Parts: sequence; structure tokens; C-alpha cells
Amino acid sequence: MKDFAALFTTVDQTTKTSLKTKALAAFFNTASDDDKLWTIALFSGRRPKRAVTTTQLREWAAEVSGIPLWLLEESYPIVGDLAETIALTLPPPSRESDLPLTHWITELKSLAALDIEVRKARILDAWDQLDPTERFLFNKLITGGFRIGVSQKLMTRALAQATQQDEASLAHRLMGGWTPETTTFHDLMEAEDVEADESRPYPFYLAYQLEDRPAALGSPEDWQAEWKWDGIRGQVILRNGTHHVWSRGEELMTDRFPEFARLIDFLPDGIVLDGEIVAWDGAQPFPFNTLQARIGRKTVPKKLLKDAPVILLAYDLLEHDGEDLRNLPLKERRSRMDAVLETLSADAPVKAAPPLPFDTWDTLAKTRATARDHRAEGLMLKRKDSPYLSGRKKGDWWKWKLDPLTVDAVMIYAQQGHGRRANLFTDFTFAVWDGNDLVPFTKAYSGLTDDEFRKITAWVRKNTQQRFGPVRQVTPHHVFEIAFEGIHASPRHKSGIALRFPRMSRWRHDKPLEEANTLDDLREILHSYG
Amino acid sequence: MITQHPTGDMTVLTYLCFMPNCVLTFTDRGIYCPAGDFYVDPWRPVDRALITHGHADHARPGHRRYLCTDACAPVMQHRLGNISVETVKFGETRRLGDASVSFHPAGHLPGSAQIRVEVAGEVWVASGDYKVVPDGISEPFEPVRCHSFITECTFGLPVFKWDDQSDVARDLNAWWGKNAREGKASILGAYSLGKAQRLLSMLDPEIGPILTHGAVENTNDVLRQQGYHLPDTIHVTPDLKAKDHPGALVIAPPSALGSQWGRRFGPSSTAFASGWMRLRGVRRRRAADRGFVISDHADWDGLMQAIRETNAENIYATHGYTDIFARWLNSQGYNAEVVPTEFGGEDDEAADAA
Ligand SMILES: [Zn+2]
Ligand SMILES: [Zn+2]
Repeated sequence: MKDFAALFTTVDQTTKTSLKTKALAAFFNTASDDDKLWTIALFSGRRPKRAVTTTQLREWAAEVSGIPLWLLEESYPIVGDLAETIALTLPPPSRESDLPLTHWITELKSLAALDIEVRKARILDAWDQLDPTERFLFNKLITGGFRIGVSQKLMTRALAQATQQDEASLAHRLMGGWTPETTTFHDLMEAEDVEADESRPYPFYLAYQLEDRPAALGSPEDWQAEWKWDGIRGQVILRNGTHHVWSRGEELMTDRFPEFARLIDFLPDGIVLDGEIVAWDGAQPFPFNTLQARIGRKTVPKKLLKDAPVILLAYDLLEHDGEDLRNLPLKERRSRMDAVLETLSADAPVKAAPPLPFDTWDTLAKTRATARDHRAEGLMLKRKDSPYLSGRKKGDWWKWKLDPLTVDAVMIYAQQGHGRRANLFTDFTFAVWDGNDLVPFTKAYSGLTDDEFRKITAWVRKNTQQRFGPVRQVTPHHVFEIAFEGIHASPRHKSGIALRFPRMSRWRHDKPLEEANTLDDLREILHSYG
Repeated sequence: MITQHPTGDMTVLTYLCFMPNCVLTFTDRGIYCPAGDFYVDPWRPVDRALITHGHADHARPGHRRYLCTDACAPVMQHRLGNISVETVKFGETRRLGDASVSFHPAGHLPGSAQIRVEVAGEVWVASGDYKVVPDGISEPFEPVRCHSFITECTFGLPVFKWDDQSDVARDLNAWWGKNAREGKASILGAYSLGKAQRLLSMLDPEIGPILTHGAVENTNDVLRQQGYHLPDTIHVTPDLKAKDHPGALVIAPPSALGSQWGRRFGPSSTAFASGWMRLRGVRRRRAADRGFVISDHADWDGLMQAIRETNAENIYATHGYTDIFARWLNSQGYNAEVVPTEFGGEDDEAADAA
């Protein structure tokens, strides 16, 4: 584990992508095949099955550290990571060992079959021979969420360097439903018939936010415009008579959207469509919170299937007749896709996302202004002659989002941040006026600079009126502009509304308290955009 | 427990004591001793201020008379300019009204003190900031027995535990040596009073030249004149040429890292030294190449050791995770209370540099 811990330390200590890639490539050059396979798995979101619960971990860690459980629990939100909290709290190890990464993963997997007292003894024994960094990684293997500053893309690049393979084809190879239990490093890297894995999606091509005016993109006739839908980006795959649905986060979501099983009746085999999964009211998408109700569920109750049926608004054809089309220009892929989808009946769970005609950037800007009426968050601009690239690449695909909605609100509660911002107040609750009362309506965490967070932290410390556990009620004084992407009615909230993606967009030093918005203003926004 | 009674435009809050003798009280100007009519580290102007140490959140400008140790005075005068200061030696007792006061080493930085106040046999100690392990440059912490102890708890969580200074020194010098071999300057961000000098005393001057930012060097000058031993340093002046000092280590205030000032040294590796570097999240926010975990404050075990050794029954927690720390102390059989927030105000810079 020492080599893996050293890799982690190097990668964690630098913000430079080139250094991270170098360190990973060096690891891939020296580690055993098993350790390499597990490293690829961990950095692509695969992890061993959880052998103990986090509740057990907490209890055991508190016990070994000689502190009450509540004290560990109180430390956790401040550190921001349970694996780290435990690693930092445990007493120093009594001995040293250097067993490989795969050993510890195998050890964790073997625990599942043992009874709880034995499991506990084995975990404590592991802690007692690992240094704090190794313990952190060991705990991470149990708790999951292995986000340590290495994206799948970066890992793929390093692996491509170490094995002298083409990065794009390696990225494709690493997708799909494999696990370290079902393959070996050799098979994963060398298997000739990669297409054999019929569920394998293509790496998604991701758009950049358009910062400039669109006129900077050149002539309008080189571009295709579509609505930017507020759904889930997904690929629907039909191969060998079965179907698979992948989300952009590379999560297999086939079971969550049973509607797509019928696609086999509508579409030819050997087809992969890229598009937006949305809940469909028959004419346009439902607001995102309707879809959200479905995302959380692994199996979908009948009523929800009926009330919030999903469809794919397809905008790209990546595979047709089993042939990879990604190198064709977009307009070619698009016309092939239209030809396939054109003939489908209206009740098919897939529709071609309509392209939006425009002659000039000005007419397109007018179209964009009506996006909310179409339940869209703005526009997508795609260069007509562009191939389908992988990952986020600048140049051919842009999202041109609507400006967010905003409201000026008063800060009334503050809570200390965690992780990155453990020593600052970063989590705030905001209120609007309802007559002479301030009604809380949203929380927001992000949007301020570190310097602003430091200023507000000093202010909160001096202006606390009451404490409720970690939450401090502060003197109503500061007004912030809260930006958000959507709004909907919510009986669960005191204010009766809930916001989508709220964040602090501006500290309104210029606004006196009395000029913050009112609950009626919010209801107005709900009425227009909800 | 807290009563509020408005007096003019200022609200005076008094922490009610259940003890027959309330030696120290908490007011909105800071810790106050009614028997001696003085304040400890007050944060609004007062007539007489007893100062534990020279950090900006403890030694503030605007008081009529200051009293501190002779070891603390030069830095304080350097920072606050023309002020009226009386000094005492560590351990010397001074009578103020009905109170006897004395100053005892806090081990936080050179010249830092805890203040012991005795009134009619009742003893209170205000710790200021402290750490219990010797650092080779500050007067080592001395436990002072008392009935009531006002303790800081900046790092009052069990996740905060410091490695031995010698281990950190080894890592620090290894980092510097590696950078020097790779032709890079090593830029180390550290608070200019205390942390910077402690780091200086940990460095191995054989590795290369040590350069200092003006804010650090000014403090060095004051401490050297007092007789504190520091390795030789070169002050970075506007006309200093970085290439004349290959393999240098540069100590500068955190704000200078990543600024125009830092760019003059060409290819460099940056590091930051603070107790907060123990947390991965804070380390990443700082976005320096390295984070060295080294603090002028006591870690969890250090706080507990200090509290034990005072033999105090009553503990007042201030500065830091006070609620959690007081709850823990109560579970351990102490009478612990949180000093209300208004009085636990931390200077952001100092809190961040801890
Ligand atoms: Zn201090
Ligand atoms: Zn302080």
C-alpha cells in the first residue's frame, strides 16, 4: 500500500495536471497487474462492495480512540470526510506493514462472509498497521466516494502514456460494465473484440459554457442550434436485441427508465443515440423536479411511471447498423438520425430534438430569450461539420444558457463549512420579507471568493445572536443576490417554494436590509417560471 | 447565565459567576478584572490593558496603558508604535488594586505569556494562545495551578494532533533540498511573528541561502536585538536579484504567495505552514505545492495536558471549536463553559495563520 499511498500524496499535493499524470503513469509502469486493475477501477468509480457500514466504522473508531461517539460525529462535518476524520483521530499504529493495495481490497471483500466481531477485529488490525495516509485510503475503500483529484480522463491519459495506447480508444475500452472481479488487467487492455461488450457506451462529448457573444463563433450557417434541455444527458444503446441506458456520469440507468425497453420495437438493432432524458407531458418536458422524483429510485412505482413518463430527446447518432459514426460531421449524423426517427409513431419513447432555425445571431438571441417557455435552460450551439469528440473540448459544442433568475435576500443563519473551508463560515440561510418578518426560503453555499468568505466569517463571529448546535443566528444585516436556475412550489418549505441551484451571485453592500425582496416577489417569479 | 443591561449606547454583558469571588469577568471589551480594574487582551480601548502576546488579535492599539513581559514589549512597540508600556519579568508578581498578577511562559511564540490573577486566594489564569511542546525558540510553556482556567481551543478537536517538530523539520529540509537540486526556489508562507521565526530555527542553513520578506525580516530584527538566536537571513529588497541566490528558501507572509512579489524568484515550489494543513480540504484550498502541519497552538492532546496540569475545576473555552470542546470537558468532569462569541473574536488573519 506504500506505493499507492505515495501516489496519492503526490497527486494530492499538486494542482498541476501534468504532474498528476506523470505520477500516475509512473505508478502504472511499476505496479502489479492486480494493483493496476484496481487503480483503474477506483478512478473510474468502481469500488469493492461495502463490507461494514459507516455506522460500525464510526463506533469502532471512537472506541479505539478513547473518545465518545458524539465527539467523532461532531468532528466529521468539520473535516468533511468520514474516512479522513477516522484516519486523523485514531491513535498511532503499533506496527508497520507494506501489503499491496489488492491485498487490502481482498481483505475487505472477505469480511462480508464473517460475523461482525471478527470483522471488527480485522478492521482494527488493519488500522493498527497503517500510517495515517494509508488509513485514509483504506477507509476510503470502505466508505466509497474515491474522489481524490484524479478524473477518469486524467487516469486514462496516464494509462495511455504508460501502455503506449491511443487515449480515445482506451477511454472507450474502459467504459461499460466491467469490474475487477469480471476481468483481468490483460483482458481489459488487450481484448481484441471490445465490441463484444454490448453495453459499452461511447465517451460523452461535453460542451463548454459560451462566455463571448455568439458572433465570435463566425458565420451562423456553420452552426446548428437546439434547446438546452434540463434533463439527464444519456446514451441509449440497442445491440444484440438488448438495450442499455447510460447517464453522463457513466452510471448504468437501464432499470430506472423501463420505458426504453419498448425501443426494441421501434428501432433497428446496432444503434446508439445521444440525447436528453426528460419527463414528458405529451408536448414538452415537465420541470426538472418531476424527473428528479424518478432518479432517486432504483425501481419505479407504477403511478410514477404513469404520471412522469420519460422519453429521450435525441440529438446525435453515434452508432448505426453497428458502425461507429463519430468521425462523420454532425450534419451527416443528424440527417441519418432524422431518417431513422422520422417514421416512428408519436408514442415512441424517443423523439428527435428539434433543431431551431435561425439566420442571424440576433434572431437566435430572441429565440433564446423564450427558452423558459419551452422548459429549456438556454441553447446548445454545435458546429455542423464537427465530429463527435470525447470529453470536454473547446471549439465545436457550446452551451448558451439563459441568465439565471435572481432575488435579493437577507442572511439570517450561518454555519461553518467543511473540508476545504472548515475554518470559515460558508453555509448560509437566506430570508425574504413577509410583512415585518423575515421568512427563510433557501440555503446557499457557493459563489463568494475566499476573501469574501473570510470577511463574512469575521463578521458572523462578532454578530452571532444565538446558537443552535453548529448553526448561528446572526443579526439580519447583509443582503446577497441569490441566483438560481429554477423555482417550484414546495409545501415542505415554510416559504412554500424551493429553488434549483441557488448560489450567492453578489454581496449587495449597496442594498439596505429593507430593500431585500419579499415573499410576494418570489411568488411572482414562481407564477411566471414555476 | 448571561444578563444584558443597556448602558448608554453600549451593551455590557456580564458573565455571572457562581463563585464567591469572580476574579475575571467577560465584558464586551474583553476579559476584565474588577478587583484590579484592568483588562486582559481587550479588543476595545481601555485604561489599562494586560497583554499576553504581540499577535494582532491580542495586542490592539488604542489603550492608555499597557502591561506585558519585557520579552513581549519590543515586538508590541514595533507593531503598535508609540504606546505607554510597563513591563514585568516572567514570574514576577505585581499588585494592581486588590489583585496580584504575574506572567508565565505560554510557549506560543517568543515573549508570549499566560496571565495569572489572584484575588483573596482565588486564582484564575488567562492562557492567551499557547502550546505545550517546546519549539527551541519560545520560552517553554509552564503549567500554572489555578481554580479557573481560560483556555483557547483553536484546535480543540481530536483530529488535530501534531507530529514531532523534528519530523516536520526533516520533511521541510527535504523539500527545500529537493527544490534546490531541481533549480527551484522554495517559497514558504508563514505568519511574520512567531511562525516565521520558529520555521527559521528548524531550517538547515547548509542547504542554501535563506531569504525573507520585509514583514518577516523586521520582526527578525526586533527579536535578534532581544537576544533570540536566528540563522542568518537575507532581506528581499526591490533590487535583489533572485539568480544571485540559487537554491534559496524564501519566507514570506501567506498573502505574498502567488503574488507579483513571489514571481520574481522564477521557477519555484510553494508551501504553507499551519495547523490547518492537517486537514486535506484546507490544504487543497490553499493550493500550495506542500502543506506542513506545524502550529503555534496546542493540539488536542496538548490542550488536555495543559488543562490537567492547571488542576483547575472551572474551564472557560474561547477561540475555536468552543461548544464541542466545552461539551467534551464537561463529560470529563470539569465545569466548562463557552466564553460568548462576542468576546472570542478572532482576527481572520491570525486564525488562518494558526
Ligand atoms: Zn497568537
Ligand atoms: Zn490568538
